[in-house]
Amino acid sequence: MMETVLDILSWILILVGGSFGIIGGLGILRLPTFFTRIHAAGMTETMCAPPIVLAMMLQVGWSLVTFKLAAILLFLFLTSPTASHALAKAALHGGVDPMATRDPDNPEEPES
Amino acid sequence: MFTAAAVAILITMVLAVTRAILGPTVYDRIVAVNMFGTKTVLIIAVVAFLKGRYDLLDIALAYALINFIGIVAVLKFFEYGEFSRGGRGRP
Repeated sequence: MMETVLDILSWILILVGGSFGIIGGLGILRLPTFFTRIHAAGMTETMCAPPIVLAMMLQVGWSLVTFKLAAILLFLFLTSPTASHALAKAALHGGVDPMATRDPDNPEEPES
Repeated sequence: MFTAAAVAILITMVLAVTRAILGPTVYDRIVAVNMFGTKTVLIIAVVAFLKGRYDLLDIALAYALINFIGIVAVLKFFEYGEFSRGGRGRP
């Protein structure tokens, strides 16, 4: 009984994580400008990784493996937003236009 | 169960590496490589569960840290042009 409930919860979490991962992958491939692509990448890091790691934690029960998975989750939660912020800041200082008002083929002329 | 997760993560990794190859600017490539690294951590953990070798989780933990340090180092290189200089005008 308990195993069935845990299996169903793990399946739900894995399906949520996998679908958000594929959606984020499509987003990083299809979205038009750089800052929208940061949105897609950041979404996969906060909605794809934690459900899958939580599903693994549900499957393994209480042991050292659970602690290692919790450590992975903690590091991902700490480092992913920091990396996304550093990327956005570096791109802004590097001259990427956040409002995408310039024509990419002709960067001197404003598209208006 | 974990096979489905592995397939989804691999599809995401293929899409991210496609953006890393296509990406018009260097920042597009870096964001794709960052996403690829996070998915690598996940797939190492999933393979650890598929094979029943839970010691691979230590490698996933180390890879998460190395991925973050590498991305920040590459970003600093492209922002300042060198590794040794600090931000905001400090020498």
